[in-house]
Amino acid sequence: MLKPIIKLLTSLRLTVTLLALGVAVVFFGTLAQTSDGLYVAQSRYFRSWFSTWSPHTVPWIVLPLPGGYLLGTLLLVNLISAHLQRFRFAWKKSGIFLTHLGIILLLLGQLFTDMFARESRMSFAEGEGRNYTEDFQKTELAVLTDASDRTYDSVVTIPESLLSARAETTHPSLPFTIRVREYHENALVRARAPFVDTNRPPASTEGVGTRAVVEGRPPTREMDKRSMPALVAELIGSKGSLGTWLFSMVLDPQEVVVEGKLFRISLRDMRYYQPFSVRLLKTTHETYLGTTRAKNYQSRIRLEHPGGTGDREVDIYMNNPLRYSGLTFFQSQMGNELRDGSGRGTSVFQVVKNPSWIAPYVGCGLVAAGLVVQFMIHLVGFIRKKA
Amino acid sequence: MKTKLPWLIPLAFLVWFLGSARMPADKEFSLNRFGGLPVVFNGRHQPLDSIARNALLALRGKQTVNLEPWKGTFERPRIVSATEWLLTVMATPEVTDQWPAFRVDHPELISLLGLPDKDREKKSDGKHYAWSQVASDRNFQLMQTNSAVAEEKKAELRTPFDQALLRLNSAMTLYFRLKNTLQPQDAKDWAAELATLDQLIPPGIAAARASEAGRPYDTNALEALLRPVGRMQVMSRLEPPLVIPPQDPARQPESWTRTGEALMGHIRGEPLPAAVSDYAAMVSAFRQGRGADFNQAVGRYHDRLQGALPREILKTSREQFFNHLAPFYKAMVIYVAAFLLAVYYWFNFADWARRSAFGLIGLGFLIHTVGLLFRMWLEGRPPVTNLYSSAIFIGWGSVVLGMLLERFWRNSIGLVVASAIGFITLVIAHNLSLKEDTLQMMEAVLDTNFWLATHVVIVTLGYASTFVAGFLAIVYIVRGFFTKSLDVNTGRALARMVYGIVCFATLFSFVGTVLGGIWADQSWGRFWGWDPKENGALIIVLWNALILHARWGALVKDRGLMCLAIAGNIVTAWSWFGVNMLGIGLHSYGWMSGAFKWLALFVISQLILIAIGFLPATTWRSTVPKADAR
Repeated sequence: MLKPIIKLLTSLRLTVTLLALGVAVVFFGTLAQTSDGLYVAQSRYFRSWFSTWSPHTVPWIVLPLPGGYLLGTLLLVNLISAHLQRFRFAWKKSGIFLTHLGIILLLLGQLFTDMFARESRMSFAEGEGRNYTEDFQKTELAVLTDASDRTYDSVVTIPESLLSARAETTHPSLPFTIRVREYHENALVRARAPFVDTNRPPASTEGVGTRAVVEGRPPTREMDKRSMPALVAELIGSKGSLGTWLFSMVLDPQEVVVEGKLFRISLRDMRYYQPFSVRLLKTTHETYLGTTRAKNYQSRIRLEHPGGTGDREVDIYMNNPLRYSGLTFFQSQMGNELRDGSGRGTSVFQVVKNPSWIAPYVGCGLVAAGLVVQFMIHLVGFIRKKA
Repeated sequence: MKTKLPWLIPLAFLVWFLGSARMPADKEFSLNRFGGLPVVFNGRHQPLDSIARNALLALRGKQTVNLEPWKGTFERPRIVSATEWLLTVMATPEVTDQWPAFRVDHPELISLLGLPDKDREKKSDGKHYAWSQVASDRNFQLMQTNSAVAEEKKAELRTPFDQALLRLNSAMTLYFRLKNTLQPQDAKDWAAELATLDQLIPPGIAAARASEAGRPYDTNALEALLRPVGRMQVMSRLEPPLVIPPQDPARQPESWTRTGEALMGHIRGEPLPAAVSDYAAMVSAFRQGRGADFNQAVGRYHDRLQGALPREILKTSREQFFNHLAPFYKAMVIYVAAFLLAVYYWFNFADWARRSAFGLIGLGFLIHTVGLLFRMWLEGRPPVTNLYSSAIFIGWGSVVLGMLLERFWRNSIGLVVASAIGFITLVIAHNLSLKEDTLQMMEAVLDTNFWLATHVVIVTLGYASTFVAGFLAIVYIVRGFFTKSLDVNTGRALARMVYGIVCFATLFSFVGTVLGGIWADQSWGRFWGWDPKENGALIIVLWNALILHARWGALVKDRGLMCLAIAGNIVTAWSWFGVNMLGIGLHSYGWMSGAFKWLALFVISQLILIAIGFLPATTWRSTVPKADAR
């Protein structure tokens, strides 16, 4: 019973089949990017176990495909079991061993990157400092617990996963419970029109939501845009409900006074706080003579620490990121506060945390070395025979 | 005789190449000197000659103008060189307005603009039209409104009509710019007008000041100045080439300006740059047919620049020479001749033909290499910087591999593959050069010589070797199925060649792809982003790995190997061009729709070849498949 399974798992036939399926998945996953956008296509086809593809003009044609995780896992199993079962080490095969070791490292590295890497951004204008990065794919509800203190912010945050599950949240530093009433992954928030919306109640009983309505929208698929979540939550104090409020990324923070204390609550991009801050000193945007074609984007920043020790100034520009404290800062976008270019320069850094960044470097080195060794063995043998 | 042919044939081509390398002599006007003058356009220093050639490519897809396109080739229509055309546009636009320099192909566009059909009597070939026709008052309005509509659409939704319309519209804009580069387009004697401008400025400025202060002023003086000011503002707003060199090249080497801007500065009180008057002297002399004066003005200006900007002068004169030399075009011609000779060898095994082909490919390769190095030196960059140069480099790498194969096997197969891929990639490069300036500056993201030299070069070699394997397989199928010329030994040899080249292809495409990942990690912090071009490269790697594993596992024999290798052509063509047609991702630097048809045709042709590869052995004319089955 076990034998045919082992034979299948270690067979070259399986390898070839998996490679062919890999070609298909990558091909259709690439085509899908035109209609689904990069992010959605990536998670549907590559970060998945199974998927299906349909041409977006003919939706009834459905092509089932294995996902990237499934293919990667099977390739790993195939490769490792083949080595355990069939391969016997010989110097003539040393290249193949090296190559396969490198492939294993690359596959595992990609898996770890998928699991542990975190991408976020830091955006600011000249003169501003930030001690956090923002994740543009995720949202959180943030409650500023002591909004009257201007020197230090103390914040309680609720992640998207709890919001979309409509969970109830309590926290020792909050004198109220937050109960999510309505949650939209993507929504249009607009002013409530006096004659049109007569039979549609206001979005909330308190705050700006009393003058607004929320309409749910399907999540956006365009690459450069993000979905704009909105939620309606009820705050419940010790003496019962305080009313409902509307929160959205397009709205200002909502101010609530409970038991004499001021709280400022907002829906915002998820933040990752850092033990240091980055201050943008100067932006430089050069173009080629007489054109608008970009020649160079460059940001001069200062790394600042609470104690003031170890502060230093650094230039970040294209192909020259800053690696610091496990994070890498890349120049991503550059702009200006005002469209005509008269305001302060602004800059956006892509900030990446990837603990397994070294894996592809080593893996690639091994594979390249292995291929060179193996082909040299072939080539030398071939030339000897010819000569 | 036949023993000398392998020397004589390449020698004849060498003589042709060297003979054509000399610049043609000037007649009345020293056009060569004028064409070599440096200006800044498209963000880079270039000779006027390059502007002229690129403009004509945009207008009509050729680097010369045929003034009598309705005549046949043998009736000797009058052909004007790019530089002569540009000088005429800049000096006497009312003349070039009547020249049929705009090519319009789309029948709907022709009828929309009411352009004449092919008609010898009316001196029309139904394709080439003059500015006076495409930009008549009525048509100008039509072009404006229709282009605005087409412009609104997303690139991938534009119809062929929209594309033709936009192409013509941008050609018209370019022409309009060029007319306003050295002088306002309506100038009659620009040098004389410029001389009188100095007399208008002081009273005009005085009048303007008085008018601002609310004092009485000389209306005539103000109006006399405002008229030229209006023309100059139009000139600089059009954004024509920057022809006026920096006044202080030592301290501000980058401060090139346009004629209109320099004149506005002069009216505000700055000294008039000498280049403005030099160019004015040139255009006026050319207008009035005074050759000696024109040549003197060009010489004077050239000598002045030689002192102030020696490096730019040197660079632009070399680029002008490179344009004239056209090494890639000549290499293309030589590859065709070599291909014919190499194929001829298969029919009668005449060794002189094979050796002549080898010599010719060697010569073509030499010229190809000269062109490649010349380009690298002009740009100061590694060989591959854009889609155009990738085509040149794929051809170059394939020719190297083909010649190596020939050294080992001496059966003309390497030669056929080398010359075929060399020729095809140079044709592709030529067509890409019609779309944009091939020496264009790099976007900031790509501006790193280290990664261009490693990732891009290696991955391009990966493309080249995959194509070589695919073309070897085509030789197997075509010769094996259609002819008896393929014997069993040659068939075996082909299989070993394909296998060896696929090994190379795996190495290059893998290392190149992963180096791309490392570049991405260095520049954007992610090793792999599933960007279409990355995916395309990954598919090539997977496909080559698949071929190798199928071979090792004995899942395929020679014929199957050949079919897989031909499919490699499809995979590579998709990765090279197909992903650019999706118009998404970081690498979508070359959106192209016209090429889609060609890609589709190529894919279909490869599928047909694969299908033939599957036909039963009895239908093959050669015995190769039977031997393979054993």
